[in-house]
Amino acid sequence: MSEKLKSSQVPGVSRRGFLKGLGVSGVATGLLTGTETPTEAAERGSPIKGPGEIPITLQINGKKHQLSVEPRVTLLDALRNRLDLTGSKKVCDRGTCGACTVIVDGQPVYSCSMLAVEAEGRAITTIEGLGTAENMNPVQKAFVKHDAQQCGFCTPGFVVACTAFLKTNPNPTLEDARTGLGGNLCRCGTYAGIMDAVLDAAKMTKGGA
Amino acid sequence: MATAKWPAIDKRTLIGKRIDRADGPVKAAGVARYSFDINRPGMLWAKLVVSPHARAELVSIDVSEAASMPGVKATWKDDSLLGKEVQYIGQIVAAVAAETEEIAQEAAGKVKAQYKPLAHQANDRDPTLSKDKPATRNTGNVDEAFAKADVKVEGEYGIPVITHCCLESHGQVAELRNDELHVWPSTQAVSSYADVSISDASGVPRNKIRVDCQYMGGGFGSKFNPGKWGVISSALAKQAGRPVKLMLDRDLELMIAGNRPSAFAKIKVGAMKDGTLTAMETEVWGTAGMGGGVPQQIPYVIDRIPNVRLTAKRIQTNRGPAAAWRAPNHPQSCFLTMSALADTAAALKMDELEFFLKAVQLSARAEVYSEELRIAADLIGYKQKAHLRGDPSGGSVKRGLGMSVHTWGGRGHPSECDVTINPDGSVEAKLGSQDLGTGNRTVIAIVVAETLGLPLEAVRIEIGRNAYPTSGGSGGSTTVGGVSTSSRFAATDALNALFAVVAPKMGVQPDALEANGGYIRQIDKPDNRISWRNACALLGVNSITKRGVNVPGESEKQGFISQGVGGVQMADVSVDIETGVATINEMVAVQDCGMIIDLKTAESQVYGSLIMGVAYALYEEAIYDLKTGRMLNADMEFYRLSGLKDVGKLKVHMMTSKAYDDRGIIGLGEPPVISPGAAIANAVANAVGVRVPHLPLTPDRVIAALQKGGII
Repeated sequence: MSEKLKSSQVPGVSRRGFLKGLGVSGVATGLLTGTETPTEAAERGSPIKGPGEIPITLQINGKKHQLSVEPRVTLLDALRNRLDLTGSKKVCDRGTCGACTVIVDGQPVYSCSMLAVEAEGRAITTIEGLGTAENMNPVQKAFVKHDAQQCGFCTPGFVVACTAFLKTNPNPTLEDARTGLGGNLCRCGTYAGIMDAVLDAAKMTKGGA
Repeated sequence: MATAKWPAIDKRTLIGKRIDRADGPVKAAGVARYSFDINRPGMLWAKLVVSPHARAELVSIDVSEAASMPGVKATWKDDSLLGKEVQYIGQIVAAVAAETEEIAQEAAGKVKAQYKPLAHQANDRDPTLSKDKPATRNTGNVDEAFAKADVKVEGEYGIPVITHCCLESHGQVAELRNDELHVWPSTQAVSSYADVSISDASGVPRNKIRVDCQYMGGGFGSKFNPGKWGVISSALAKQAGRPVKLMLDRDLELMIAGNRPSAFAKIKVGAMKDGTLTAMETEVWGTAGMGGGVPQQIPYVIDRIPNVRLTAKRIQTNRGPAAAWRAPNHPQSCFLTMSALADTAAALKMDELEFFLKAVQLSARAEVYSEELRIAADLIGYKQKAHLRGDPSGGSVKRGLGMSVHTWGGRGHPSECDVTINPDGSVEAKLGSQDLGTGNRTVIAIVVAETLGLPLEAVRIEIGRNAYPTSGGSGGSTTVGGVSTSSRFAATDALNALFAVVAPKMGVQPDALEANGGYIRQIDKPDNRISWRNACALLGVNSITKRGVNVPGESEKQGFISQGVGGVQMADVSVDIETGVATINEMVAVQDCGMIIDLKTAESQVYGSLIMGVAYALYEEAIYDLKTGRMLNADMEFYRLSGLKDVGKLKVHMMTSKAYDDRGIIGLGEPPVISPGAAIANAVANAVGVRVPHLPLTPDRVIAALQKGGII
């Protein structure tokens, strides 16, 4: 076992520690290859942000939010910890379960896997921007009608993913929906209701509900 | 006079109907605040430091470097462990609280703990590693029965440790304010949560601890107590003088916050040619980490086999501790028993349905199981699809059917509820209960609204705080029976108190009245009525509050609740014998649970169980590296749950006829999750012609079994 593991927490490599202070445009390269350091990024002429907190502006649900984050802060943590937008849930925290799904420039995105600084200048829609408990969007209505939720912790992620999915697939088959929403996981086992809800929401959306 | 007795089936307006989940909209809109979502002013984030060794002596912990980092506000270390053993990877030794989650994470990495590594033991597959005196059970004369049996069928089976994998991890937010400790935990036991552990950690007496858990993201048996995370966050909040949020990261959630014990067994079954079971001998072993025991309800359900011998051996391992997992011990005992029985049917070349119909005669609920087996067979199209073990058709994809039966208790827990009727007509019910996602709020609302003759929206349900009347923890399928009964009693008493006020104005005796459709009316002269609102206005300035108390033994005697259910599940699977991949075509669940309060959320419990069952049958396993004692798949990519594509077609049939309804309420959370592993494993065996002995039925295991059986 390595020295690092002996003296630090489990598991070994901390993604956040690794990302701390990377050049913004170097993030993707750094993630993929693990070779570019902040110094190298600077030499390449890439703008360096951090490692301390930097001011950013995020456009969320049509509103501009100014906040100050370290470059290593994910979009998810910025939403939840800085802006108190807690509808997006932190579950796997590494792009597997979909509980943190938000829509960025029209595309569903795992907000745990995007840095807050990367999201600057993009249009972000979270669950809070889709509808309210009193005025639900068709997907939310269908989730309630078909009891597509139990503990509900995966639900916001599913609702966001499903809303984005129906935008590009307005007439899905059952198989389309199973594939299209395959990036979201539920533990209580609400998939039976979710399948009914997706197909029903597609109908409701077309019906202009 | 209103009586508490459950209304007759034809008189019910809400009970037993398909009612939408009361908190569905707030959950779907993302505004339901889970404990993980609580952000308090000035709140700090805490991160844990854990042992990287499966077994070691903890020599020292130095938090000084971490404590001096800018932004770090409090540190905690477990001095009681110094000079003692840490016993599993992930065991908590220290913690830090800081201004941001990122700083806390970084600071945790700067805590220096020194260990003297010791030899560890992480293997749960070898019964010779058990150091305990085995538990034994002996009925009848097993040796004689085997000597006389027409067939003796021997097999070895196993079901591994799986984790709870609650989507909301374990933890809480803690805040000391005005000599009180306020905690927002993710818990399934609100009323009993404020225990001595967090009282000691915070220095706040138990009666000044305020617990608030409005929404929680799954518990499945693992979230009754504060745990070490509750203790540490309370201590850090005290030290820092600021609120602290401590929720487990996903890796720790999977390693230390909940494990279902494993069970492996050698089983020998003795039977006669006609399928009569005469003997069963079992050696079972498994691990629950360093503590706990091993599942031993074998034979399961079919427990009247006349000659039975069992030896059970616990294996202690340096792994994360076990926690109750939905229907503790039942899924394991069920899988082991039903696998051995299906193998016996195969050895006898007997149709499995015919065999199980005979076998369930040796159970406590022969009639229920027989009826449920026939219904399940119809629903899955058994007659059209069934074949003896081994799909005789050509091609590489083999199809098969399998079945299993299960049981559970599910008697309602002790529960107290206050129902208040206010002069403005509003109604509220308060209980120190919790909604794990089962639909508890909905159930209470249905019972209170039905009792008062009001629409569902007219009652407000307040749960999730220990300030409310004490109600039991949600474990063992006890909640629905407990809270329905206490809220029924409270609402009935409150209604009768209202009748006493209203009756003189209506010129009748209180016992001549009933509540119906938003009115209070004379039973034999319904036109003599007064609207609910006007009736309540007669209260003047005084609200009515009545407390209902469920004493389980009493209400069971009176028929409000009961216990003991039977369920049958069947699976239809396809297995590609070239790739070893097993897929679910269809699953059928037939379940009784007495009187049903909300058919919609009840069915959701069963659908959910089937889906959870598919996951542990095909994918879930906490994989440990024996050399290091480390869980290798402590994340959600390699600790696999089922996804939308994996679950096939699902059919749920609830037994709702009068005979079942007459029994009163019985809990439903546990029973339907017991059988899926067994039903799916039996279906795979029926498809491919050989037993795949260990769950989960991963492609490598299927291929290995096919090779061993000479199929490929």
